[in-house]
Amino acid sequence: MNDSAIPAIRVENLRFAWPGQSPVLDIAALQVHRGERLFLQGASGSGKSTLLGLMGGVLEADAGRIDILGQPLQQLGRAQRDRFRASHIGFVFQMFNLLPYLSVLDNVLLPLRFSPQRCAQVASTGMTETAQAQHLLAALGLADASLLSRTPAQLSQGQQQRVAVARALIGCPPVLIADEPTSALDTDARSAFLQLLLHECSAAGTTLVFVSHDRSLAPLFDRVVSLAEINRVVSS
Amino acid sequence: MIILRLALLSLWNRRGTVVLTVLGIAVSVALLLGVNTVRNDLRTGFANTISDADLIVGARSGPVNLLLYSVFHLGDATADVSWQTYSKVAAHPQVAWTIPLALGDSHRDFRVLGTTGDYFEHYKYGQQRSLAFTSGRGFNGAAEAVLGAEVARALGYQLGQSLVLSHGLGEGDITRHEGHPVVVVGILRRTGTPVDRTVHVTLQAIEAMHAGPGASLEPESITAFVVGLRDRVAAFQIQRDINAWRGEALLAIMPGVTLQQLWQVVGLVETALYVVAGFVVFAGLLGLLTALLTSLNERRREMAIVRSVGARPAHIAVLLMSEAGLIGFAGVLLGIGLLRGGLWFAAPLLEQRFGIALAGEGAAPVELALAVGVVLASVLIGAVPAWRAYRNTLADGLTLRV
Repeated sequence: MNDSAIPAIRVENLRFAWPGQSPVLDIAALQVHRGERLFLQGASGSGKSTLLGLMGGVLEADAGRIDILGQPLQQLGRAQRDRFRASHIGFVFQMFNLLPYLSVLDNVLLPLRFSPQRCAQVASTGMTETAQAQHLLAALGLADASLLSRTPAQLSQGQQQRVAVARALIGCPPVLIADEPTSALDTDARSAFLQLLLHECSAAGTTLVFVSHDRSLAPLFDRVVSLAEINRVVSS
Repeated sequence: MIILRLALLSLWNRRGTVVLTVLGIAVSVALLLGVNTVRNDLRTGFANTISDADLIVGARSGPVNLLLYSVFHLGDATADVSWQTYSKVAAHPQVAWTIPLALGDSHRDFRVLGTTGDYFEHYKYGQQRSLAFTSGRGFNGAAEAVLGAEVARALGYQLGQSLVLSHGLGEGDITRHEGHPVVVVGILRRTGTPVDRTVHVTLQAIEAMHAGPGASLEPESITAFVVGLRDRVAAFQIQRDINAWRGEALLAIMPGVTLQQLWQVVGLVETALYVVAGFVVFAGLLGLLTALLTSLNERRREMAIVRSVGARPAHIAVLLMSEAGLIGFAGVLLGIGLLRGGLWFAAPLLEQRFGIALAGEGAAPVELALAVGVVLASVLIGAVPAWRAYRNTLADGLTLRV
């Protein structure tokens, strides 16, 4: 079995409950292929964020398994999961993704400080880290070099989200997880942002899991999965 | 390294509240170091004021009292020693030299000391240092005076200046000895002791002022006298002999021993000051804890971001502990700076007022120890919010529920 045949994400009989509470997730099976761009649709409170926490290895499943890139997360210790996440998964959140006291450039380069693997990947391109960051930002429509030294507060919401994508993609992690990244954007900015995000993921061959409650975005993706359909816990 | 950098930048981002916390620690550190400096410099200052003197003799009172008024010019004598008795003690075969001291007059808030030429020959301070003149010479006769360095500086007096002495102390100058002005013939080099704040005249000058014209200039009594022995071993014997003197109630003390008694008394107050200052430092560190804990909630998002880019919960804990350490370190540095600055301002005033130099010398080891202690304590205190943040990040995961 060659590398590309291993699914990027494989979930089987996954169950999770917050301590002392009733279960929020019970998923029989979910697979995301390499390079696939998946739209995971779910209303707020449907366990989306919990599922992302489990995929990121921040939360531990009560039962079942999650493999990321063929690596079963439950076989890793907490610190190993943190290291695995740092090297293999980029995250983009709803809003306030950036550290307010770092410049745009330092925000983009931040994951490299925690992952030697992503550092090495940047080095293998022959570009400096700064050049790589600039390249990514330019591809996301932020070509203005003066942006690099600005702080996030000086940027618009849409620009901030694009910086967050550049940060998630630097060092080419195989998986990008985006949690409602467009909900703080207005309609125009939203479609422009989505175009750029999808294009960059395709260009880098990154597997994208895009989570949103907004069904109107679904047609842009390779596949749509509704969390309500695969989650056997009935939300009250 | 990245964690330390994030800690620094995050602190800078919150500099408004951080500066207040740093200031709280700085003030407490400055207070503790200040107490320490004043204690040490006072002790050195007092210990350096008189050297090479075997006994000090005065009318019978308390040993500490005698030491304070005779050498440090603090407080007043309750009774005098007759000239006759002084002459007998001075003639004792074991006695090598004596310095008579006649106090009680003043000149514009500076004490006047009546003595003899033996003062310039035998008085020693610091490590057996003799008095030296920056200009002029010793006095001769009833109309000449020698000024301590601070007297000359403060009043702007030079050689040839004529001055009038007043009876008693204080600013009233009620009884001015107008009829007997004295002329400055010498100015002493600065010693960092009460000598600097003293106007020295001859015993005859004192007598002439009080006795009125035409009277004999042989003094009737003096306030106290310093004794140097031929053989130090005899000190206890001579001390006992003087204390048992027939005809007059005398007290002989060994300056070093009495200074120790003084420190025993003062020691209680010092300890109390140390305890208070110690608690103030503790309060400063509690301020640090409060500031870090209150900031935790509003920084949950920041923690989650750092976490999502790959930081482990341990990184978050280290981040908070290094923030605490950095605040503590900045507080200590600023505190030392405050103290040094304060000394720079206050030391001249204290020296003018008490003749004791506050140099803060030899404080470096204490400062270093305190710096290390406060930084360590800060890091330890940082462990509390670090533990909370660690728990938070585990519970929050990557969700930004803010």
